[in-house]
Amino acid sequence: MNEITCECGHVNPEGTVLCESCGKPVEDNQHLNGNENQTLLNMRYDGSARRSQTYNRTFIDKVWNFFSSVKVGVWLIVITLIASAIGTLLPQEMYIPPGSDASTHYRDQYGLIGQIYYQLGFHNLFSSWWYMLLLALIGISIIIASLDRFIPLYKTLKTQKPKRHDQFMKKQRIFGKTESDSIDMHLMKENLKKNRYKVTEEDGSLFAEKNRFSRWGPYVNHIGLIVFLLGTLLRFVPALYVDEFVWVREGETKMITGTEGQYYIKNEDFILENYDENDERFQEAIMRNGQPVPKTYQTNAVIYERTDDIVVGKDPELKEVKEAEARVNHPIKFENYTLYQASYQQNEFNEMTFKLHDMDDEDSSYGEFTIDLDDPETEYELDSGHVVVLGSYFPEYELDDGEPVSVSKYPRNPAFVFNVYPPGESDGEPEVSFAGIGANVDGSGENEFKVGLVDFDVRDVTGLTVRKDYTLPFIALGGAIFMIGVIQGMYWNHRRIWVKPKDNGVWIAGHTNKNWVALKREIEKSTKGTGIETPVDQQELKD
Amino acid sequence: MGDLSAISSNLLYAAFVIYLVATFFFAGAIRDKKTTSPDRVGKIGIILSIVGFLTQLGYFFTRWGAAGHAPVSNLFEFITFFGMMLVFAFIIMYFIYRINVLGVIALPVALLIIAFASMFPTEISPLVPSLQSHWLYIHVTTAALGQAILSISFVAGLIFLIRQVDQNKKTKQTFWLEFVIYMVATTLAFIIISSVFSAFNYEASFEAPVEGQPVEITYEMPAIAGPFEGELISDGAMSPLFQAPEWMRGVDAAIKFNTMIWSILGGLVLYWLVRLVLRKRIGSALQPLLRKANPEIVDEVGYRAVAIGFPIFTLGALIFAMIWAQQAWDRFWGWDPKEVWALITFFFYAAYLHLRLSRGWQGTKSAWLAVGGFAIIMFNLLAVNLIISGLHSYA
Ligand code: HEM
Repeated sequence: MNEITCECGHVNPEGTVLCESCGKPVEDNQHLNGNENQTLLNMRYDGSARRSQTYNRTFIDKVWNFFSSVKVGVWLIVITLIASAIGTLLPQEMYIPPGSDASTHYRDQYGLIGQIYYQLGFHNLFSSWWYMLLLALIGISIIIASLDRFIPLYKTLKTQKPKRHDQFMKKQRIFGKTESDSIDMHLMKENLKKNRYKVTEEDGSLFAEKNRFSRWGPYVNHIGLIVFLLGTLLRFVPALYVDEFVWVREGETKMITGTEGQYYIKNEDFILENYDENDERFQEAIMRNGQPVPKTYQTNAVIYERTDDIVVGKDPELKEVKEAEARVNHPIKFENYTLYQASYQQNEFNEMTFKLHDMDDEDSSYGEFTIDLDDPETEYELDSGHVVVLGSYFPEYELDDGEPVSVSKYPRNPAFVFNVYPPGESDGEPEVSFAGIGANVDGSGENEFKVGLVDFDVRDVTGLTVRKDYTLPFIALGGAIFMIGVIQGMYWNHRRIWVKPKDNGVWIAGHTNKNWVALKREIEKSTKGTGIETPVDQQELKD
Repeated sequence: MGDLSAISSNLLYAAFVIYLVATFFFAGAIRDKKTTSPDRVGKIGIILSIVGFLTQLGYFFTRWGAAGHAPVSNLFEFITFFGMMLVFAFIIMYFIYRINVLGVIALPVALLIIAFASMFPTEISPLVPSLQSHWLYIHVTTAALGQAILSISFVAGLIFLIRQVDQNKKTKQTFWLEFVIYMVATTLAFIIISSVFSAFNYEASFEAPVEGQPVEITYEMPAIAGPFEGELISDGAMSPLFQAPEWMRGVDAAIKFNTMIWSILGGLVLYWLVRLVLRKRIGSALQPLLRKANPEIVDEVGYRAVAIGFPIFTLGALIFAMIWAQQAWDRFWGWDPKEVWALITFFFYAAYLHLRLSRGWQGTKSAWLAVGGFAIIMFNLLAVNLIISGLHSYA
């Protein structure tokens, strides 16, 4: 370490630009803050010795210097900003219609641009490795840049002395010389105190300072950002975060996914309420909307806890935990879990009743059978001795290139292939027919019997997100620290005023990190009646 | 009920007029002429601004009473609220710095925004379930206040640029300054054209295929660009000059495209009319009016506005938004376009603050950055809603 001893006697670390104690510019280091040929001193970090400005030999030095540069930090932020903006031009993959294939969707919908977008990974930008990398680089940059500045700045501000070197005074932005022998230093001191400055004195020199704590604002807010980023990383620890989804039909009791078999939910009722079209207040808007506007989505539920040991296949013993309602904006909370009203499906088929009758006589009957769509049986024996075997079951039936397929496992548009065996002919060839909602096809064209729908029963299904999230407190803590930091740094400013007696009067200088107008106003107020002339702002912008 | 919402509209109208009058007072206050006491005129300006603001608050609360929820739930309400917050932000900055010139730009910007808002459907709309939360008020009001204060930096930036950009020769800076002025003209053109056609109840209906189904699409301005493969079915309406491109799907896409064409053309006409009358760049014609503005102070006002607005914006548009999203949508962040643009705004002003830390970014460069920031705020307010729209498409 090549220490630098100032003429005031203070020993400064290598790389110091302005003496920590008296502020005298260290001749050889002025280039570090860009002070050469400048009439005014660059007061950034009070000219303290920053590692990044001092060492540039080893690889570590170079990495450190790279990340501690605000220029680099700003570039990282700007690149992230531009990437994010591009990421909003087309919908992200998670917002494209469910079931569509991203690899073709973008090309089909948006042409060549869509294709390029997809190829470059913008369709999934925010979980792409390079977006994560950008955030990580910003994080690293924040940490290194803050350490590089905070420690020397802290030491310098602690070491500063009231009596400043002439060079330091003269090269402040706010500076004035008063030549007079009737100067009331005592009044000046009182005035400064009245303006809530902390005033110290050395050899007749005054040093007034306020709001030094605001200088720590940026570092506090950066810590908040880091805590926040780390909090989001915790998401990847499985024990801390559960994100599941459960569909529950009305009347059904179901294990809540993600709770390891511990909790069950019963859907008592799902309620969808729309706004009254005759409500005078909203009539016009509802008309413009052209369809009903929903007012409430709500699940009336009962939460149960399983009390016996979990054994596969054994029916659980359940104890009621609570009755609760899940509404949008009002999730159900129990233990560490939260259930959100996230989705619903109205009028899903519950049971369908069919009857077997002669092909050409709707009124004849060989008996009825009812299919429970959650749990269909494989065969139904009718009173007449006929047996109907469920050849295939399509819960949500669609024709795909002429082939019947099911697009989901939810009974939203059920269809069946029935094999009908007349009494006593269970070894023979069955009659095949196809039945669905509004469809009934005779498999061979010469069937004797027909399976006709006589009745059905529907119910609502509610979709709830299941969340357990131990990372939220960290994320909230990060946000809170960030807010404290920005407010601390933005709503207070670090102001300093130096007054130094000279043979035939005084010199006065002032500095603030922001808000020069207020500093000037306070200096003007403080000098009133003291005989000290109001100093000038040496940095008027050139017109 | 009906009475309350009628009172509410009248209050908004009154506020608009008062702001307009206040603008003239501020304009009078910055004239170079040695009138009796120029600052008296400025004082009347600020008093009128406050009266106008209180009147608009009256609009806000009466409408709240009529609707049963805070009027920040559709585009009209939100943009109007933003205009009101802009006036509020201006009043705050006025009392910190006491410069009249701020009012000469800030109030017209607010006027333009409020008039613009009124072009959207103004009826009271019911709240869908995800909006039924106190966080709606908390989040939207703080976010709008933050944006409004940040926008004051744009106002200051614009003053700075009009005052400082060298108008003796044509440069990139004069070009972009004219472009900003042209954008103002476009907004004004949009307001004028919409108002005129809606006063005449102009309608032109088309039948056009939307996702394979024939749908009736009704334009409220003559169709320069008709819907793709649309057929005009109204009598006496102008037939379109060309069709909107095929990729503009959805019922509204072609209508919005057509409105945009009208605004861009109208803006060009307005801009060039004024420019031909003045016989010089509009920026150059405005420059002498702002001679009295002290660029040093204007620059500081711009920076200060960011310093004050940034924490409020972060709190409202990011933190409160996250708390609410966690409650309503089970995730505090979902990379929805509106959310991403709030984050982009945050990044942008963070970059601004870091750049200000270094020498050389004061003055002109800062002023341009402030213009860019305002463009981002407007983009989030309008483009994201009208073009990109995601979950937040209501406001
Ligand atoms: C989005 C991320 C970031 C945010 C929101 C943020 C926020 C802030 C804020 C609000 C300030 C105070 C500015 C002022 O007082 O005018 C600040 C200061 C600062 N930031 Fe950041 N920052 C971010 C990223 C970074 C990065 C990546 C770097 C890396 C170079 C960095 C380095 C600094 C430095 C050196 C200061 C000045 C500290 C001082 O004056 O003592 N920041 N930051």
